[in-house]
Amino acid sequence: MNLALSDEQVFLREAARGALSRFKTLAAAREALDGEETALPDLWPTAKEAGWPGLLIDEAHGGAGLDAFDAMLVLGECGRVIAGIPLLGHLPATAILGDSSAAAELLPALATGEQRAAYLPAQPPSELDERWSTDPASGAARPPLPSASAAGDPGQAAVTGSFAFVPDAPGADLLVGVALPAPTPEGLVGKPVGVAIQADASGVSIESVTRYDATRSLGHVTLENAPATVLDAPAESLAAAWYLAQALIAAESLGSVETALDVSVAYAKERFTFGRAIGSYQAVKHSLTEVLRQLENGRSLLYYAGWARAGAPDEFPLAASAARSVGSNALDTAARTMISVHGGIGATWEHDAPLYFRRAQLSRRLLGGTGSATDRVAGELIAQADAA
Amino acid sequence: MDLDDTPEQATYRAQVRSWLDEHKSEAPILQGPGALEDEDEIVAARRAWQGKLAEGGLAGVTWPKEYGGQGLGPIEQVICNQEISRAKVPGILDAIGVGMLGPTIIAHGNEEQKSRYLPPLLHGDEVWCQLFSEPAAGSDLAAVQTRARQQDDGSWRLTGQKVWTTNAQFASYGLLLARTDADVPKHKGMTMFIVPMDAAGVTVRGLRQISGEAEFNEVFFDDVELDEGAVVGGLGNGWGTGLTTLMFERVTIGLGSEGMGYNSTRFAGAIAADEHARRDPEVRHRLGEIASELLAVRFTGYRTLTALQKGQIPGPEAGLAKVTIVSGAIKAGDLIADVVGPDALSEDSEWAYMISFLPGLKSAGGTEEILKNTVGERVLGLPPEPRLDKGIPFSELRSKEGAPA
Repeated sequence: MNLALSDEQVFLREAARGALSRFKTLAAAREALDGEETALPDLWPTAKEAGWPGLLIDEAHGGAGLDAFDAMLVLGECGRVIAGIPLLGHLPATAILGDSSAAAELLPALATGEQRAAYLPAQPPSELDERWSTDPASGAARPPLPSASAAGDPGQAAVTGSFAFVPDAPGADLLVGVALPAPTPEGLVGKPVGVAIQADASGVSIESVTRYDATRSLGHVTLENAPATVLDAPAESLAAAWYLAQALIAAESLGSVETALDVSVAYAKERFTFGRAIGSYQAVKHSLTEVLRQLENGRSLLYYAGWARAGAPDEFPLAASAARSVGSNALDTAARTMISVHGGIGATWEHDAPLYFRRAQLSRRLLGGTGSATDRVAGELIAQADAA
Repeated sequence: MDLDDTPEQATYRAQVRSWLDEHKSEAPILQGPGALEDEDEIVAARRAWQGKLAEGGLAGVTWPKEYGGQGLGPIEQVICNQEISRAKVPGILDAIGVGMLGPTIIAHGNEEQKSRYLPPLLHGDEVWCQLFSEPAAGSDLAAVQTRARQQDDGSWRLTGQKVWTTNAQFASYGLLLARTDADVPKHKGMTMFIVPMDAAGVTVRGLRQISGEAEFNEVFFDDVELDEGAVVGGLGNGWGTGLTTLMFERVTIGLGSEGMGYNSTRFAGAIAADEHARRDPEVRHRLGEIASELLAVRFTGYRTLTALQKGQIPGPEAGLAKVTIVSGAIKAGDLIADVVGPDALSEDSEWAYMISFLPGLKSAGGTEEILKNTVGERVLGLPPEPRLDKGIPFSELRSKEGAPA
């Protein structure tokens, strides 16, 4: 039994904290909301220097050969200071490529960070819904996967369709996702395949969108007969990328919870009313303890997801979805508590609390949304019960 | 990061498993065909089984060898619990005695007490009960009013009432926290005693709860005589001695929480069994919320075990897992009752029993409010609520509350 950070993992986390502390990320996040988008520091050089782009890429292809849990530690540090580093899009893309024979060709440039990839999120089927689906640009109906038609060379395809609110798509060099082969003349529809598409290829358009949290780079990706390399990554790998993205955004959210809690606790100790520190009042103390409870639950689930990805792949969808559900809810609670503990000042533009609140509200709606992760937990458990 | 046994742990597990394979046919049957029904027979059979487990080294795993234990660590205790549960045989009857009261006597008792009481406790020959809580002293345990007065010959006279006492109806001894000096501040005037439950003036009464069953007892002491050697840990040291017991209680609960049966697999199974509910979006969403938190507790348990393995003692934050388990199980009971309907509330339903049991469990081992205070102060470092009882003699405090000490 060993569910603790190794010395190397502690070092990785501390190094990330140190590297990010050199930037005024919170002030920049506020200025960017005021329209000063150039205020956001370019953190990709820092990421390259630290080797983060290659975290999940094996050493043979120039990466660090680490596992999902290590990546989650780095994302947690990004979340602590609301740093906008395009790892949420990049890392799941590299995981799919690593499971395909295109690895040797595409990964080395992605491992060093010389090139950047973005994952096109696609939610795998559940025991209730057999379709793969993507996030809609608006509303609740989930669109199906884009279709891939055979194009000349057997390893090539032309992909048509769209993906909305793709994390880190603007500025990416390579898009990696899942598409459904177009129906054949015999009427057969094949299994979903992995596709890799150069972002500057014909038929690819990426519309940059900003919503509520200026540190979060998002894009609507439209593909019109876009030339793609068909990846031979197995179906499990395509599904695992979705759950990896869930685990990463969970880790990032829980990092934000840590800061929101630390700042709120510090304030509750120094702010006095009626002759005593507000943290001595049970109402304040219990609301902060509730944040800690949710944070600890979330941390435990990060360990579950980190262990399951390699140690129990069958449980990875359950573990990552549970982590996403608890992590997202924890950030919502933490951000609201941060505002209320600070009183009126916590709801003002100058304070950091609104930045965590904005991060929470947007994060909850990305990558399928928190609600669908919660529902997935139920689906996985019902499927487990049926199998037992 | 792994969930595997070390080679030493695997060897120990194999040892425990082979002992259980050899002896499990001797275990009492408590459920299913051939199950014992008579309460007295069940207790007698479970006491005998505890004796066999002790002989096999499966009781008192963490006790020092000189007192009949195995001298092993908490991880081995967990492995032993897991194997007993896997073998589908009952564990020890006197989990409170072996897990908490015996260790307190080991830590604070004198040699005479250790040699007299520990062997029969471990083997189930004499069952023990914990006489701490009172009707007006639960979360604020240092408010105990049960009074012990020393006589000229050195013996003691004990008067008062205890409550929430598990196993008192068949216990031979109890470990009791009493007020011995009301003229000093409340934490200083208490002493721990060993009380024979068959002494004249001891009355045990079953305390029925929401389910209708009596899981606990009330115990009354009417001028009970105790001899001078009944004191454990020294006169006036009752609070410190009691804290030792509570520390072992935390460890026992921390290591046994998965065993409470409130887990995501069980609740998901109940929903999966209903063809309509399992497809209902609202039901699925509620199940997902509940199950995610309960899954977290399983891995919090593994984190606690990792800490124990490194020689660290679980802190008060382990108590937050209890909050999650109880509130999750309450929500699960509510969801399952919504799905199953009134049949979930029929008296012989497992869900009716769970639904009835949980409101009280919220307060067990300290109310949820006190637990959150403790975590807020000891883990987050928030300042304590101002107290009005510090440094004031207990008798004065009581008269302020409008009652005689």
